[in-house]
Amino acid sequence: MEATHAGISPADPLTRYNSQFLVFRLGGQDYGIPILQVQEIREWSRATGLPNSPAYILGVLNLRGSIIPVVDLRQRFRLSPAEPDTFTAIVVVNVDGRLAGVVVDSVNDVVWFDPKQQRPLPDFEGHANRQFIEGLVQAEDNMVILLNMERLLSPDDFNIGNGLAQQAV
Amino acid sequence: MPIDIRQFHQTFFEESTEGLAMMEQLLLQMEGAAGSRGMTSPDPENLNSIFRVVHSIKGGSSTFGFGWLADFSHLLETALDDLRAGRRQPDRETTDLLLRSVDALRNLLEGARTGAAIDKTRIEEIASALEVPSVTKAAEASTAEAPEHGWHVSFQPGPELFRSGNDPLRIIRELGALGTLQVSADVSRLPRWEAYDPETCYLGWQIKLSGRDQSRQAVKAAFEWVADISEITLAPMREAKRSEGDTPPASGDGDHTLVKARGPSIRVSTARVDSLMDIVGELVITQTMISETVAQFTPADLPRLLVGLTQLERNVRQLQESVISIRLLPIGFVYSRLPRLIRDLAQRLGKQVDLELSGEQTELDKTVIERISDPLLHMVRNCLDHGIETPAERRRAGKPETGHLRVHAHQKSGYVHVVVEDDGRGLSYEQIRQRAVQAGLLNADTRPTPEQMHELIFYPGFSTASEVSDISGRGVGLDVVRENIRSLGGSVEVSSTPGSGTRFTLRLPLTLAIMDGLSILIGDQTYLLPLTSIVESIHLTDDRLSRLPDGQEIFALREDYLGLIRLHELFHIPSRHTDVSQGIVVVVEVDGRRAGLYVDELLGQQQVVIKNIESHYQRVDGISAATILGDGTVALILDVAGLMRLSPRPVMAPDAPGCVPRRGSPRSTISDPRALH
Repeated sequence: MEATHAGISPADPLTRYNSQFLVFRLGGQDYGIPILQVQEIREWSRATGLPNSPAYILGVLNLRGSIIPVVDLRQRFRLSPAEPDTFTAIVVVNVDGRLAGVVVDSVNDVVWFDPKQQRPLPDFEGHANRQFIEGLVQAEDNMVILLNMERLLSPDDFNIGNGLAQQAV
Repeated sequence: MPIDIRQFHQTFFEESTEGLAMMEQLLLQMEGAAGSRGMTSPDPENLNSIFRVVHSIKGGSSTFGFGWLADFSHLLETALDDLRAGRRQPDRETTDLLLRSVDALRNLLEGARTGAAIDKTRIEEIASALEVPSVTKAAEASTAEAPEHGWHVSFQPGPELFRSGNDPLRIIRELGALGTLQVSADVSRLPRWEAYDPETCYLGWQIKLSGRDQSRQAVKAAFEWVADISEITLAPMREAKRSEGDTPPASGDGDHTLVKARGPSIRVSTARVDSLMDIVGELVITQTMISETVAQFTPADLPRLLVGLTQLERNVRQLQESVISIRLLPIGFVYSRLPRLIRDLAQRLGKQVDLELSGEQTELDKTVIERISDPLLHMVRNCLDHGIETPAERRRAGKPETGHLRVHAHQKSGYVHVVVEDDGRGLSYEQIRQRAVQAGLLNADTRPTPEQMHELIFYPGFSTASEVSDISGRGVGLDVVRENIRSLGGSVEVSSTPGSGTRFTLRLPLTLAIMDGLSILIGDQTYLLPLTSIVESIHLTDDRLSRLPDGQEIFALREDYLGLIRLHELFHIPSRHTDVSQGIVVVVEVDGRRAGLYVDELLGQQQVVIKNIESHYQRVDGISAATILGDGTVALILDVAGLMRLSPRPVMAPDAPGCVPRRGSPRSTISDPRALH
């Protein structure tokens, strides 16, 4: 992965991430995260709530002895809440050695995207979720949003998000 | 760590340079001795002194983050350890290498101090020479003493070996009865898979048989059945060694020197490992007993099973204690830096001081030891700088000219107390008050109590030094000390008598890994309170509660009034009850401050393993860590001191409201590098 980094613009997620993505569904929309950042997929289980944390931090979970935070992407993206069902899963991602669980509606597939499939981002300046989007990909019959997990899970963002979440509440 | 450790750099460089000079001298002595008496073992005392020099350079450089220096001194230390253990010969070559290492260390030190260029190639060259121990030479020397040390056997059986009904394993086993074997298989004749015939022997073996008293006949006898179909050569070990040249080290110890140490290591006395082994032995016995009981279980066996489980519990506890004790180090490690620091400081400040160190043998967890080193140095410096007066002042005050500084460590109820005490002028309350007013921490007309003053000196940015010296008083000071100690789960207390001295007491947990806690319920979630912070738990009724004008609820507990913290309010979680009489109030105390925590229910006492939240998330106010409960779910451990600070209204000083107004969280002024991604 390091080798493919060199000389390639970081704005090109397809080359950067070896083109393989885990595609999951959230609120009817498909999202993709680089497969190299996915450590494992777990079935949903209730997290232990953390006091005074942003609303989208559901809490912490025991991952074989490590305590990892669980992020609710629905809240993160300001989607309407949903009750967990049998398809709800927690995708454990590893970003620079830090682990976090991401709650998704369902996990679809691992997909290999061709760089030709990538579409430019439309201009929607000022949109809060824009910063988490790395790119758009036209799959067979639908669009997949590629997410930037570094930005989505950076602790700085947890803090910024804290303020936003509180305003929203 | 926010402490400006650069202030220690100078001391470190001075100490290291001095140490290197001494090391050089000792090495020269050693070389002289080796020259005149041939190859004799060096004076162990000298060797130990050299070892200590290198060790403290290593320790210092890793503390200060001089990676190169730390790596190099580690290699050198390993080489010296080999020398000490006799795995390396103290010949001219080694001494020369060590002397060149001294030069390399000087170069690295200079580089770390001034940023001067480092002669990388030369250092790498010396480093690699240090890494390769002179084992071959040692082995040669030992074979010279005992020439017939074994046999080198080459066994190349013919392809029809299996068809003649022979099993090479039997032969090798038979050889094994004669001595220690080192067998390597030669697979070079193995054909490709498709050409492989399972009944043909394609293998050959190189066997090193070491040990005494094996005659050529005895070795040959093992091959009696296969001699006619195999090619067997026998050579005495010595010749084989010479011809091979790449002899692996004769003992496991030699191996060790080739492996670079990865990660931190601990020296453990054999006695401790033995006791661990004993406990494991008992554990195995207990386990056997329990499985036997359960295998043919009848209700009549229940008492036996219970006995077994009790025994198991005891074994596990012993095992746990034993493992913790392995991580313990005497606090003397930290003390070692003090005398020099005191000497230099006293000279620079023109003060006279006696340093008394006691309780060196008190043991603490390795991590705690590493992390209290800087705070302790800081406090000692603080005492010398602010506490102890100049000889003239002391004379005027009717005290002996030489001040007394005492550092004492002892164990007390699951904690280690480290006391730093001086007989100086004590805290100047008036100065503290004025400084606090200046800093806007205090209203000009407030007269705080001594306890509140003690609290003030731990406030960020608070320093009473009337002129900022370069020794202490840079604005980073006691607040950082306290923050560090708190992050270890400890606390700092101060007491002072004007005119006769100040005493700081650090209270530190023995270990960071395991904690006794009380599990409590708030809403539907379990939390843990550290047992050491709990004073008592009480039932309150509404009529015992009063409210201060700012809305803080307080209640009377014997003579004192304590603030009430409703945890569910603080955490914004739904509680089962809101009526104070339905839940329970746990009175907690930390840093001499007390408060009542209102919780829904007490569940029970249990020992828990502490798990860090920050490794994958970030610091959470009011929570010190997490733990995993018996059912695999996570429970949060409450940070009592943090809760008191988090409480929206001051709970520390209900009798003098507004003494320390909260200006945002004091924590936020200290940037935590770990919070950054």
